[in-house]
Order: sequence, then structure tokens, then C-alpha cells
Amino acid sequence: MCLAIPGRIVEIDVQNSSSAIVDVIGTRRRIDLGLLEDDKPLVGDWVLIHVGFAMSKISEADALEQLRILEMLGESDAALQEVQGYGLHSGDDTPA
Amino acid sequence: MSDETKLEVRGPIVKFREPQIEMAHGAGGKASRRLVEGLFAPLLFGSQRQPLNDAAHVSIDGARMAITADSFVVKPLVFPGGSIGELAVNGTVNDLAVSGARAEIMVVTFVLEAGLSTVTLQAQIQAMADAAQKANVRIVGGDTKVVEHGKADGMYITTTGIGGLLDGIEVDARSVHPGDCILLSGPVGDHGITILLARGDLDLEGDLQWDTRSILPLVDAVARAAGSGVRWMRDPTRGGVATSLNELARDCGMGMVLFEDAIPVRDGVRGACELLGLDPLHIANEGQFLAIVSPELANAALTALQSTPGGEEARIIGEIRDEPAGAVLVTTLYGGSRIVDMLVGDPLPRIC
Amino acid sequence: MKYVDEFRKPELIRKAAAEIRRLVDPQRHYRIMEVCGGHTHAIYRFGLKDLLPSNIDLIHGPGCPVCVLPMGRVDDALSIAAQEDVIFAAFGDMMRIPGTQGSPLEHKARGMDVRIVYSPSDAIKLAKANPDKHVMFFAIGFETTAPSTALTLVRAKTEKLRNFSVFCNHVMIVPAIRAILDSPDMRLDGFIGPGHVSTVIGCRPYEWIAKNEGKPIVVSGFEPLDLLQSTVMLLMQLQKKEAKVENQYARVVPWEGNRAALRVMAEVFELRPYFEWRGLGFISQSALRIKPAYEEWDAEQRFKVPGIRVTDPKAAQCGEVLKGVLKPAQCKLFGNECTPENPVGALMVSSEGSCAAYYNYEHRKHNRLTSLSLSA
Repeated sequence: MCLAIPGRIVEIDVQNSSSAIVDVIGTRRRIDLGLLEDDKPLVGDWVLIHVGFAMSKISEADALEQLRILEMLGESDAALQEVQGYGLHSGDDTPA
Repeated sequence: MSDETKLEVRGPIVKFREPQIEMAHGAGGKASRRLVEGLFAPLLFGSQRQPLNDAAHVSIDGARMAITADSFVVKPLVFPGGSIGELAVNGTVNDLAVSGARAEIMVVTFVLEAGLSTVTLQAQIQAMADAAQKANVRIVGGDTKVVEHGKADGMYITTTGIGGLLDGIEVDARSVHPGDCILLSGPVGDHGITILLARGDLDLEGDLQWDTRSILPLVDAVARAAGSGVRWMRDPTRGGVATSLNELARDCGMGMVLFEDAIPVRDGVRGACELLGLDPLHIANEGQFLAIVSPELANAALTALQSTPGGEEARIIGEIRDEPAGAVLVTTLYGGSRIVDMLVGDPLPRIC
Repeated sequence: MKYVDEFRKPELIRKAAAEIRRLVDPQRHYRIMEVCGGHTHAIYRFGLKDLLPSNIDLIHGPGCPVCVLPMGRVDDALSIAAQEDVIFAAFGDMMRIPGTQGSPLEHKARGMDVRIVYSPSDAIKLAKANPDKHVMFFAIGFETTAPSTALTLVRAKTEKLRNFSVFCNHVMIVPAIRAILDSPDMRLDGFIGPGHVSTVIGCRPYEWIAKNEGKPIVVSGFEPLDLLQSTVMLLMQLQKKEAKVENQYARVVPWEGNRAALRVMAEVFELRPYFEWRGLGFISQSALRIKPAYEEWDAEQRFKVPGIRVTDPKAAQCGEVLKGVLKPAQCKLFGNECTPENPVGALMVSSEGSCAAYYNYEHRKHNRLTSLSLSA
């Protein structure tokens, strides 16, 4: 149920905005964007692909933030405080 | 009795109990091994339990030579970088090369499907002729049969190759020792993924292209630079690197450890494998080979490979150890490890 | 690979592993369940158990949709496909799953038209390319995959595609977790929550686990750093005796889930009153079936299926392994009668079932050559 891979949208069909081509380091596949119709991705966006459908947009900001916190692990108690707070629902979950 | 019969293959006697043949039995993995070891070997080779290699070195009237046989059932017949005709020649040459022999002559048999276009057939025969000339192999005979439309996927080709032994190199699973290095001539999975994409069933597109080739020049280079240190070689075709090394592990009773970060994989292969949930170590290769080389000569072998055209991406990917005996372990830079076994049948894409 | 390689950086992994060692209480034994089969696979693939201290036990949960599929349902699907001019289309995961008369691949060897598809939309393409045949798509998966099947059915209906149907076996993760927690033998400290299911259902559906059961749950990604960071977060909650839902996989998982996906699921699917889970028994309101509005594309309506229940041998202790009471190697059948090549119970049938994953990736690490993998 769980194999889903990040890919970059390289083309969206002009006649059918639900149909797009996604690139995964050089391998390309046509995917369906129909599950993201509330928040349509654009060419250049990164999406999570599962069985040929885009499930979610990937937030670069959240990814970078997560890596920043991981870098700090083991360095100070401040980092621990951060990790502790990280991941709790802040009430604002729109991806940046 | 010759020397060969003294080797005991470790592990229990395999029995073949399945009531019918499945696709898995041809995929090069565990099922294939069961069929060969459990059904063919007892009937064809008697009670001698020997490692079953692609090629055999035999003596006829005192002359030592190598002989191999292979069959080619690839679909589609033509794919980016190659075709069944080229594959038939190069695959045979390569089987002999990794046994430490230079292919000299081949006989070829064709099973052709009624309805196959002459243009297609001619192109494949031309491809074979070109590949044979390039590899310095003479095709000296053969046979042709035609079967009904719907069989043979266009054409099946089987070959038998005979060659002379290369100087200074003798491969034998018995001579593998802990500490020996595992060399790989180039990136894994190009051929298998190219074929998978070319079949079109999974609707993936890539820029991958893999040119079929004879590896004899590379094997030659290794033989000259490090021949006395080469213990064993194999061309990891169906079943991939994982299967070939698992077979070696069983044959020599030792463990293999692979360093995941050292295994060369092209982006095109990696992307397709990540998408489909496949392990590049299980994907078929053509025109690549594994060599087990003593630690003293491993670097010489590697340098020789990397200086030979086509071998630039060769790497040392692991080493032989006592443990885990009979198994192949893959380790990561951060200290994680996993066993990688041979598959039962062909690798299947997954969604879970 | 972007968004993959950064989360596999060795230095960061070592840091996270060190942090875990720092956080564990050496007097305590931690039992953490990772629910999702994809996490099981990731843990073994990346060798993450090697990085954890020995007093953390990772228990593999029931989130393997192939494992929990009763054999009778495989038989049902194959009986549909045995009919003339039917093409059986399924994900690769299903191809070696045994029915009582063999797996789909074995049926293919005997002449059945069996095709592997990567996407349900590929099954529709097959139907369009083969107008004189009927394509039956064998749909499996949790809520990650159900929306894609749902949207495919919507498309089939819109395009009035007549030669296509779905045999629906979608199941839901929360009822499975509930079944685990309801078990009297259960002794779990916390959960690593399913990452990709949560892209659809969000994180709210797990709040009862924290509030009512008092167990922390961290929704996790699938890269090594994701799983290790989730472990850190769980340990910190346990240290402070907290029980909250946290979202470690925020770069992909929206707290509220994917409303469009949930909408299309609601349009096409309804809950089955009950459904049998191999290894867990019957669970009510735990699986989806196709609504009457789409019955023309429901394989169970268009075809007669035998519907025969096939039970596992009593000796197979799948239920106990699923609930974390037993480790795979502790089941009497493990590695002898029950191997990945000859699976007796649910957890060996799929490569990410607890027993199969352990068998394939782990248990030979410390053994000498055994007879297990060679015997027919």
C-alpha cells in the first residue's frame, strides 16, 4: 500500500489537465492528477506518486525544515526542544 | 575421475517436486536452480555433485577447450542498443569469457515462428554476422525449424560456443578465500530495465540504452594484469548480481558482503527501480561481469578494467568473508545491513 | 534523487541513531509497532534494526493488504478470470499469492490471460485495447490505493466503458489498529503511523489512539531518516509520559488529509458490514465495496463468485505474530513448512509480511548455511 515516489511534473496535458508526465531522475511516466484537483500542481512541482496517481504535493519548505532539525540532533538541548515540538499540528497545514 | 568431482557442493540435496514447469523456472533464480540441480543434474550428471557453471572445460583427446550453450528468447526482438541476434553472439562469447576462455566457433539453431517477416529475420542474421565478426568468432553451422504462428515469439535462438582457454587464468569456486575482492565491470541493471521499458507494458519511458557487447577484451585485460589472482568470474544475466553471488556463496560455502554505496547504478535504472519497487541487484545484465580477485591483485585488476574501453565504470563492490556463510549481505555507509537472496522467479514490480 | 537522497545521508542517520541511544532508558524494554507494510519493508531494506539499541523492539503490524487478504478472495478473483475472454489484471504484488489452485502466475502458465499493471488506469487502457475481452482489475490496498481505484471507476463510468470491472478488496487501517489494541495480549508502547495512508486520511483518525488508549503515534515517512526521527519523537513522548499524534512526514502528509481523494472514495465506495482479514478474523466496517451506482463496474455484481472461505491451518500463528505477541521465528511453522516459497499463513505470502521480510532479509544473517532456501 505504501510504495510512493517523489517525481517532478514536466508536462501537463493541454487538453486534459488531469493528465501529466512526471520525471523520476530520467524515467518518465504519465500520471493522473485527479486526486489533487483541490490544489492543482503546476509544471515544475514535485508530487508523491503512487500507482500512477499523484497523492500529494511535496513541500520543499517542510523538507528543508526537517533536514535542519535533523542536522541539529545531538548538538544541543535546543535541538531536542525543536524535535519535540516538531510534528504537532499547528493549526496551519497548508504546504508552503 | 577428474579433479572436478572432488568438490562437494555444500548444502543439502535438492529435489524437484513441482508438477509442472512455470515461468519462474527459467528466470535464473531459486526455481531455476531447483530445476537444474533437482531434475537435470541427477539424471544427466549422475551422483557427482558439481557446481553447475554456464561453460564447461573439457578434454578431448588431450586437448583442453571450453564449451557452452545458451538460448535467447528475448522479447522484443529489437531494443534500444541491441537485438536478439547480437545478444546471441555476445552472450555466448561472454559465457565462455567468464569461464576463462576465448570463443572461436559457434553453431546456431533457430526456431522461427511462421509469419515472421523476412525483413526482420534478415536483420537479425545480419546482426549476428556483424557481432561475430567484431568478436572474432566463426559461425560454422546450425539448424532451423519453423513452428506455428503464436509460438516462439518471432524467433528463439540457441547457440553452442567452443573456445580455447585463456592463459594465466583459471576460475574455480573452490579457490575463493575470505578477504578476496568482488569486482564488477560496470553499472547494474541497464539491460534488464532497457528490455522492461521496451516491452511497453508498464508505460514507462526512459533514455536508457544498453549496447550489447563482448566482454572478452575486459576479461583479457584482467587476465593479463591479475590472472593468477582471479578466482572466479560470472556474467550476471537473469537474476542479476544477487543471483550470481548467491550461487557462488552456496558453491564455496562462504559469505559475501557488498558495500551498497560502491555498487554503480545509472540514474535511469535507479529511477525505474524506485518507481516499480525493484532491486537493481536482481535485474538482468548483459555485457557485464563479476570477478573475484585476491586482495593482492584486486587493484591491478580494477585498474586494468578501468583503463580498457568499456570498463571505465568498474568498481570493487565488496569482499568475501566467512560469515554469513552461504549468503550475501549488503551493508550501507551508516551501518545498516540486509541479506539479499536470489529471487524465486523474475523480479515483479510492486505497489506495497 | 531529490526528496530521497537527503533523507538517506549517512552522517544524519548516524546522528539520529546516536540520539536514540541517548534517549532510551536502559532499564526499559520498548515495544513499538509500525503498522504499515511499506515501513516493514523499509526497515529491512535499510537495515535499520542494526542501528537501534537492543531494548527497542519493532513489531510489524497488520498493514500489509496482500497478507491480510483471505485465500478465498484470491480464488474468487481467479474464478472470474477463468471465464472466457476475461483478462485478469493486478499489481505485481498479487502475482505469486497462492489461491487453493495456485497463484495468478501459475494460472497464467496454464493459459489464463494474466497481466501485471502498475496502475488501475493501465487496466482501463487494457480494456480499451481489447474491446472483445473483459478486463477485471483485482484491486487491493489500504486507503492509499483506494482513491486511485475510485477515480478509475469514475472515469470508466464517464466513458461508458463496458468491458471493465473491479474486484474490490480495499481495506482500512484504523479498524486494523483497533483490532490490535483490543487484543488482551497486546503490550505496545507506541506506534509508527502509516505515512502514505495518511496522505489520504490525514492524522485526525489516529487521535483516539492517543486520547483513549494513551499510546503515542508518530506518522512517519519511509526513508531511513524518517523512521529514525519518528523513533526519536516516540521516545521523547514516552520519556515524558505523553501520548499525542505527531506528523513526522509533514513534507507530504497534510494534517487534514486529501479532501478530493476522500470525496471520490465516498462517491464510489461504501463500507462492508464486515470483512474477513486473514490472521485477524472478521472485523466490522473495515473494508470497502463498490456502491450500487457503480454496480456495472463491480466484478462481484457482474460475475458469480464461489465465495468459499478458506481457513489457515490452526498451527499457523499469524494472529499472534500480527499482534506482536510472537516473533516470526517463534511460530512453529516458520522456516519449515512455512517459507516465502511455500507460504502457509498470511505473513509469508507477501515479501513485506512480517515473516517473509524477516525470513528474506534477516534471519540468515547469523546462521550458517541452512536447508531452508533450497528445499522444494
